[in-house]
Amino acid sequence: MFLIYVLVPIFQSIWISFHDWDGLGAKEWIGLQNYVELMDDDTFYVSLHNNVLWLVLYLLSIPAGLAVALFLNQTVTGIRLYKSLFFFPFVISQVVVGLMFTWFYAPNFGLFSQSIEWLTGTQVAVLADERYVTYAIIVAGLWPQTAYCMILYLTGLNNINTEQVEAARMDGAKGFKLLWYIILPQLAPATFIAMVVTVIGSLRSFDLVSIMTAGGPYGSSQVLSYFMYEQALSEYGFRMGYGAAIAVVLFLIMMVFISLFIVRMLSQERNA
Amino acid sequence: MTFFKSLTGLALGAALFSTTAFAGEIVLNSNHSDPAPKKAMEDLIADFQAAHPGITVKWNNFDHEGYKSAIRNFLTADAPDVVAWFAGNRMEPFVTAGLFEDVTDVWDANGLNEQLKSAASAMTIDGKKWGVPYTYYQWGIYYRKDIFAEQGIEPPKTWAEFLAACEKLKAAGITPITIGTKALWPTGGWFDYLNLRVNGYEFHMELTAGKVPYTDPRVRATFEKWGELVNAGYFLESHAAIDWQDAIPQMVQGKAAMYLMGNFAVATMKDGGLTEDQIGFMQFPEITPGIPMAEDAPTDTFHIASGAKNKDDAKKFLAFVASPEAQAKMNATLGQLPVNNQAQKPEDVFLQQGFDMLSNAYALAQFYDRDANAEMAKAGMEAFQEFMVKPDRLDAILERLEKVRARVYN
Repeated sequence: MFLIYVLVPIFQSIWISFHDWDGLGAKEWIGLQNYVELMDDDTFYVSLHNNVLWLVLYLLSIPAGLAVALFLNQTVTGIRLYKSLFFFPFVISQVVVGLMFTWFYAPNFGLFSQSIEWLTGTQVAVLADERYVTYAIIVAGLWPQTAYCMILYLTGLNNINTEQVEAARMDGAKGFKLLWYIILPQLAPATFIAMVVTVIGSLRSFDLVSIMTAGGPYGSSQVLSYFMYEQALSEYGFRMGYGAAIAVVLFLIMMVFISLFIVRMLSQERNA
Repeated sequence: MTFFKSLTGLALGAALFSTTAFAGEIVLNSNHSDPAPKKAMEDLIADFQAAHPGITVKWNNFDHEGYKSAIRNFLTADAPDVVAWFAGNRMEPFVTAGLFEDVTDVWDANGLNEQLKSAASAMTIDGKKWGVPYTYYQWGIYYRKDIFAEQGIEPPKTWAEFLAACEKLKAAGITPITIGTKALWPTGGWFDYLNLRVNGYEFHMELTAGKVPYTDPRVRATFEKWGELVNAGYFLESHAAIDWQDAIPQMVQGKAAMYLMGNFAVATMKDGGLTEDQIGFMQFPEITPGIPMAEDAPTDTFHIASGAKNKDDAKKFLAFVASPEAQAKMNATLGQLPVNNQAQKPEDVFLQQGFDMLSNAYALAQFYDRDANAEMAKAGMEAFQEFMVKPDRLDAILERLEKVRARVYN
């Protein structure tokens, strides 16, 4: 299965990226021309820039998830209710998240634009403004991602060695110091998984862009994965070769991170 | 064991499905998933089978959007006999890839060259006909009659009158023109009409066929007229965040007065609560005096796949779809216009206005994204949206379009 559905398509994509092909007629070998064109394509740089933004800002979900997890890791009556409320955004589909935030931002009736109008007197349609649009989508993406990181940390917190915490308490450690020197090191595995999931999640951001803006206005919220879809498979696309070239670039970027993670994992195993 | 059995059953079923083509049966794939089109198709198929008792139609109905990518797969892998599609350059890739059948003989044998005259050029590539049109609808400006009356505005016939009307509406605190450009294509309507009125049909066709550079001064002239509206703030603000349907409440609530759209918008306006006396329809005003008025009228079509197994019966089906009776009945259900000029006139008041306008039109364009090559259309409409938000970037926009045109059409 892995061979047929994962490995073979990778090499097929690389192969197609050297061709000019509309999915109907014969493939035409054009060598590196797709890549040359990509280097000269403004949308490619916009997507790349936005992907970096996604990568950096998406990481905010890790400290945010930790904060929420610490807050929820108390024994107060009704905490289960709060937990499920915070858990909620992770359960619903990304498409629904996208739609909810689209309404939230919508000019004239959206809660967000209403409050902005109340505060500043003018409306800002964030999804129609090239300056804000990517940030607005990332905020929507952070919502479920924070919930995800929170879950990872909650599981981690369950496995904290209570004896160590007690010992530290006896030595007079409190608050931030306790968190930094005793709790966080024990949460390192959870942090690692959260990093991996978040980095890869940010690079394959697609659903929210597709639902909220379709890459617009005029391509300013493009990311590589949506750009690839649009070029290769959408109504106005069907440039399989060009789409494949974008996919290969995205694949290479992902490989950098995945290799970093694997190297780290291996070195940890060796030390253990 | 039962699991295995059902699996083989599934496989068998799939095998049967893919080879359904005995004599007397035609397989029809189409995208008539919305309620009205679905009903129209059901009636059409029933009538066809009644008229040709020896033939049964096996209909695979696809969802509207998914069809656009599905058609590429089934045409190459396992072709049905008849497929629904669109006229103009939208059918060009399938024609050049040899996936559509030449149906010039159907046109000649049934007198269609005369009866379907208005759409003939849109169905012709290399001097041959590649399908049969069955429906189209008009584009134009829908406006709030009551608001126009309140403000003392007559439906404008010239560009100067149009600008004056916009100014008057704006002064009264009403957005003159509503539009939602999130899905990009509504911008294409504005470009089409401005270009058709500033430079004429022939130039517009040359441009969408990639024969004229976008840096041509005549293209710039079109954008300058557009800029007069954009810079004066006559369009709905933040249009880039909303879809075409979301622009209609503005009109229903009386906050906006005009909407350049296809006739399908009327149904949504009525759903929103507007009555027939509140909605008016007018032809896009004249800009360059003396240029004959051409209109946008996107046409839907049926084609025969070149890999079809039952071409004889498929041709009978196409001839049936082209007939005045079938077109009149189908379009009465669809709420659109029959292409056949012998067909009975529709009863709807907006369709009658459209019918008269299109019958007297100098020529018909299909719409920017159907006339231009798909890649060009995408870049073009993105550029139109950018222009409507940042009109001062015109030079950069035109240069970028020219870059795309040079690549796409070579």
